[in-house]
Amino acid sequence: MLARFKQTAVAAVGVMFSITMFVTLLGFMNGLNTMLDGLVLNRTPHIRFYNEIKPNPNQPLDIDDEFENTWKIIRSIKPSTSRLAIYNAEKIIENLENDPRVLGVSPKISSQVFFNVGTIDLTGVVNGIDVEKEAQLFAFTDYVTSGNYEELNQTNTIILGKGLADRMLTGIGDVIQVTTAQGNKLQLKVVGFYQSGLGDYDNSNSFASITTVQKMLGEPPSYITDIQVKLHNLDLAPAMARELEQIFTIDADDIQTVNAQFETGTKIRTLISYVVGITLLVVSGFGIYNILNMMIYEKLDTIAILKAIGFNNTDVNRIFITIALSIGIIGGGLGLIFGYFSCLGIDRIPFETEALPTIKTYPIDYNPKYYFIGASFSIITTYLAGFFPARKASGVDPVDIIRGK
Amino acid sequence: MKNNHPTVLRAEGIDKFFFNPTKTQVLKKVSFEVERGEFVSVVGKSGCGKSTLLYILSTMDTDYQGKLHMDGELITGKSSNYLSHLRNEKIGFVFQFHYLLNEFSVLENIMIPGLKLGKLSREELEYRAMEKLRIFEMEEHALKKAYQLSGGQKQRVAIARALINDPLLIMGDEPTGNLDKKNSDIVFNKFKELAQEFKQTMLVVTHDQEFAEGTDRIIEMEDGRVIKS
Repeated sequence: MLARFKQTAVAAVGVMFSITMFVTLLGFMNGLNTMLDGLVLNRTPHIRFYNEIKPNPNQPLDIDDEFENTWKIIRSIKPSTSRLAIYNAEKIIENLENDPRVLGVSPKISSQVFFNVGTIDLTGVVNGIDVEKEAQLFAFTDYVTSGNYEELNQTNTIILGKGLADRMLTGIGDVIQVTTAQGNKLQLKVVGFYQSGLGDYDNSNSFASITTVQKMLGEPPSYITDIQVKLHNLDLAPAMARELEQIFTIDADDIQTVNAQFETGTKIRTLISYVVGITLLVVSGFGIYNILNMMIYEKLDTIAILKAIGFNNTDVNRIFITIALSIGIIGGGLGLIFGYFSCLGIDRIPFETEALPTIKTYPIDYNPKYYFIGASFSIITTYLAGFFPARKASGVDPVDIIRGK
Repeated sequence: MKNNHPTVLRAEGIDKFFFNPTKTQVLKKVSFEVERGEFVSVVGKSGCGKSTLLYILSTMDTDYQGKLHMDGELITGKSSNYLSHLRNEKIGFVFQFHYLLNEFSVLENIMIPGLKLGKLSREELEYRAMEKLRIFEMEEHALKKAYQLSGGQKQRVAIARALINDPLLIMGDEPTGNLDKKNSDIVFNKFKELAQEFKQTMLVVTHDQEFAEGTDRIIEMEDGRVIKS
């Protein structure tokens, strides 16, 4: 049986190749996935609490008994005058920080402003953040491409989005003027640039410390518009958002709802890479099946004589299954090794884009899960590929073969 | 040898039908016995059923009616795995074609049935295989691959392979059918030698009259029946 070494080797190379591709593909795909997800998900709070501007759900007409059983049509409802600030924010934060499910809480103020550049006003957003917490929970520092983020702790400093800074023709150390929606004007010193990789975001967003923004808006230190929460387990977010919404009587968005399209994209990319990988394996499985089938036709005499001299069906079956499995194990093992190397190779290919400042080479995911799946699939497919030829071989009737001569 | 039952093989009323293309009876109530140490040949015209009979006796063909005893044990109706083991231990085969495995050396070819039986270690088997080869004056070819031998040599290796487990019975299906006169004589002489020197029980199907005459007993068949034994 060892005589068909060449064919066996070809089959093993086939398996090796498909496993290599499988591992590389999955590693690469998931590396990219993780990176792209990271772009948005790293910076997105798992739950965000805020006051939404919306009409009061209890309109005066509903309260009036006189119209209880009538069909009411109200036109031109306006949002009720509610504040953007969160009531009792300090207490809510304290509560959240004591919740065992919560990894961390970071308050935020988001405010619409005009950046005054000469005679032109650019609209934009200044996010007032707690610098330390933002860095710790949302990888803020990764995206500050130049300047020192710690300087943001001083009042009247700002980190501008790269696109915004380019439009304002400012550099680090320059002073810019900001006008709030209320008409307050403030001079801020640029201490850094921020680049998220999402162009639109960078064109309008900037960051300052919470106190700076509070001062800018003329609001007291309790003024907070958003509370961002990061959980230990991301999957709990929707349920917790609903629960806490009730408790704090506040609006809450969870990451799954906000980024539903992102999840879908990730899922489909993963699905496609699995399908391609498994297709490769199935194709090589058919290759093995073919080779073993040919081998059986060539070796009918051998099978017949082995049976005549006392090998039973199980022995013959075992021989062919062993061949198939050794193809699978050797090919699969080599495939995993080569797959790992090719991942290492891809990992070294430079991949630099303006949009992704933190990425220098192609991202690769070295999750052992893919190697494990690759290994088990190589064994399963080769076993199945060997199973049918082996059954055929064990069913060979030696009398037919020997008589035929 | 392993069991000293005097009758090695006993066939009782063996009937065999072929169903393809039409139902035809190839063996009709065949009954005979082979005693220990006998060198028996089965002769008859082509198509008289002698090969069919041999395959039934060899336990490879189980689709027959009647009873077959080997070494005093009824083997009709036993499971195929049991029969495989029985063939391995008690029967040695020599076919018209040698059926050696080209990938293996001569020595390994001889050892295969022994390795399958698993009673002796590899070293012991190698020693025994060399002994068998020595009987056939083939020891210098032991390490050659099977395809490097000539036809007559291959057939001698095939006989050596049949002997490795000290079988109760050697069955031959036209063992000299494929050979020229000279090789055929060599093989025949080896058979005789086995019969005389080692008291090996043998049952050989042949249509070589000369070969048959050299055996202890001739079973003659015609049209599915034993006409003389």
